[in-house]
Parts: sequence; structure tokens; C-alpha cells
Amino acid sequence: MTNEKGVVLTEAQKKSRRRRSLAIGLVLAFLVILFYVVTIVKLGPGVMKKSELPAIAVVA
Amino acid sequence: MSLISEERIHRADQLSGFAGVEDYWALLKPRVMSLVIFTALVGLVRAPGEIHPVLGFVALLCIAVGAGASGALNMWWDADIDARMDRTRTRPIPSGRIAPREAMVFGLLLSGASVLMLGLLVGMLAGALLAFTIFFYAVIYSMWLKRATPQNIVIGGAAGALPPVIGWASVTGNVTLEPLLLFALILVWTPPHFWALAILKKRDYERAGIPMLPNVAGDDETRKQILLYSLVLAPVGVAPFALGMTGWLYGAISIALGAFFLLFAWQVYRKREGEAAERACKHLFAYSILYLFLLFAVLLGEGMAR
Repeated sequence: MTNEKGVVLTEAQKKSRRRRSLAIGLVLAFLVILFYVVTIVKLGPGVMKKSELPAIAVVA
Repeated sequence: MSLISEERIHRADQLSGFAGVEDYWALLKPRVMSLVIFTALVGLVRAPGEIHPVLGFVALLCIAVGAGASGALNMWWDADIDARMDRTRTRPIPSGRIAPREAMVFGLLLSGASVLMLGLLVGMLAGALLAFTIFFYAVIYSMWLKRATPQNIVIGGAAGALPPVIGWASVTGNVTLEPLLLFALILVWTPPHFWALAILKKRDYERAGIPMLPNVAGDDETRKQILLYSLVLAPVGVAPFALGMTGWLYGAISIALGAFFLLFAWQVYRKREGEAAERACKHLFAYSILYLFLLFAVLLGEGMAR
């Protein structure tokens, strides 16, 4: 039945949708990188030095 | 293909499936956004203290996105007006490329995201000021003042004047006299800037039913108000130097630029008929943009040289 096809998009609409999806993907990827960098900046470089923690525990 | 499918395709067209990325970009009013970024950067650079460059970038990004979001909300609310004005009828909503509801959701989403990000990552005061700016522009100016009073842009100008204050608050976490002077500068600059355009676009505003000053009080009264505001603007422009906040370079340039602003405003006041009057308004409108840009550019330069 034809009405089961739902909304049928034209080629131009499909192209627009692809470009919108790509833009949303790029924005999300940018935000992931941004939040990662901001986390490092706010917590300081010390956040990367996890290996020192067990050593302190052993001494204690 | 059946009639039902054709109808649905037509409905899909109406649901603006053709909207491209550039249409959403246009919703953010990129030209306004660039001015907002620039003035916010000046506030950020001139503020005493330090901010990590990454957090400075985040602050500017959030202020820009917040400004863009309020632009999208303004376009959603004013779509009926925009459709009646030559200057705005090709915008994404009146031209049918984006549905009004899409623009509203887009604006609300970006507003919430930018305020949250600025508040949580940079500072709560900066986030609160950005939220107030968006609320003031979208609700107080767009939904209320714009259609209610010829003083719309006088009060509504506060929204455009806040970005340097937000930039400052992003660094210091407080607001002092200097950012308030930058706020005052943009606030007093807004009426002569917009009224010069309003005289030129009087018919457009009349068709849209917006009570701009030339439509309500007439061109002569508007010219007088432009001159009066320019008389206030020139000393406000010099005030940061007079109060010892800037160097001699800013002092000299602000005095010269203010004198030229008064000259252009005087031309608008004096030339009231024909092409000469139109030219005077065009000159003042163009010069007003240059005036604000140069003042803030010098403030930026002095701030970076410190």
C-alpha cells in the first residue's frame, strides 16, 4: 500500500538531510574534544599522573 | 505514485526538508554574532587577571552561540514582520526553508547549552549574564518592546551592550566600572545607529507595523533625537580615557572619532530633503559602525599591549 511508505523525500531533501547530519556529527565531535581539553585545563596536568597514586599507598 | 504520496511529499516540502546547514547558520544572525564576539573579546582582554586561553575560547564561543540563539528566537517570533519587510523577507522562516517551530527549538536548545556551558566551565556570573542577555533580547525586546514603543531600540540596546560585560565577568567573576562604561558606550551608540537606518527604511517599518521613531514621531523629531544622543555618545566614548582607564592613544582617537560622529549627526539634522538627506543618513549609519569598531579595536590593542 502506498500510504505505508510514509513521508517520501525528494533527492534534494535527502541531500540536505545528509549535510545536516554531517554538520551535527562534526559539532558533536568538536564538543567531545572541547570537553576533554577543558577537563585537562581545569583539573591541571596532574590528572594524567595516575601511576603515582599506588606508590603513595604502598609507602603509607 | 498515488495522490496520498504526492500530498505527503508536498507536506514534507512544507516541513522545510530543504533547509540546509547555511539556513540554520543564517538563523544565528552571523553578522551580529561577529560584532558580539569582537566586543566580548575586548571585555575579556581588558579585564585584570588571567584566563586560560582554552577557557577564554570557551567563553567567546558560548557568548557567540548565546547571541546566535537569541537571534534565532527573534527570527521565530518576528517571522510575520520579516515576511513584510524587503530587508528580511528572504530569511529562512519567511522564505519557508525552516519551519517556525524548528527555529524556536533550535534557539531554545542553543540558549540552554550556551548558558550551561558558560556557567559550569567558565563562571556562574558570566553564565547568568548571558542568560539575562538572551532573555532580554528574545522576550523583553522582541516579544514586548519592538511592537509596543518607539523607544524599543533605546531599551533593547541593552542586550547588544552586554557582551563586553560578560567577557569581563568571564575573567574576573565580577563587574566593575570599566565594563559598565563599555556597556554604556554601546547602549548610547545604538539609537543614532538604528534611527539613521530607520529613517531610510521608514516605509518598510510602516508596512510591518513596527512603531519605530520616524514612523511615530516623524523624521524631524528623529533627526533631533539622533543629534541629542550623539551629543551624549561623544563624551561617553572619551570617558574610559577621562577616568584613567586607557592610554593617550585611545584618548586622542576617541576625541577625533566622537567629533566626526557629531559632524555626521549634524549633517543628518541639517539636511532634511531629497537625496542629500538620504545620503546623510547612509553616511551616519556606515560611520557609526566604523566608529564603534575603531574604538573597540583601540581598546583591544591597548589591552593586548599591557
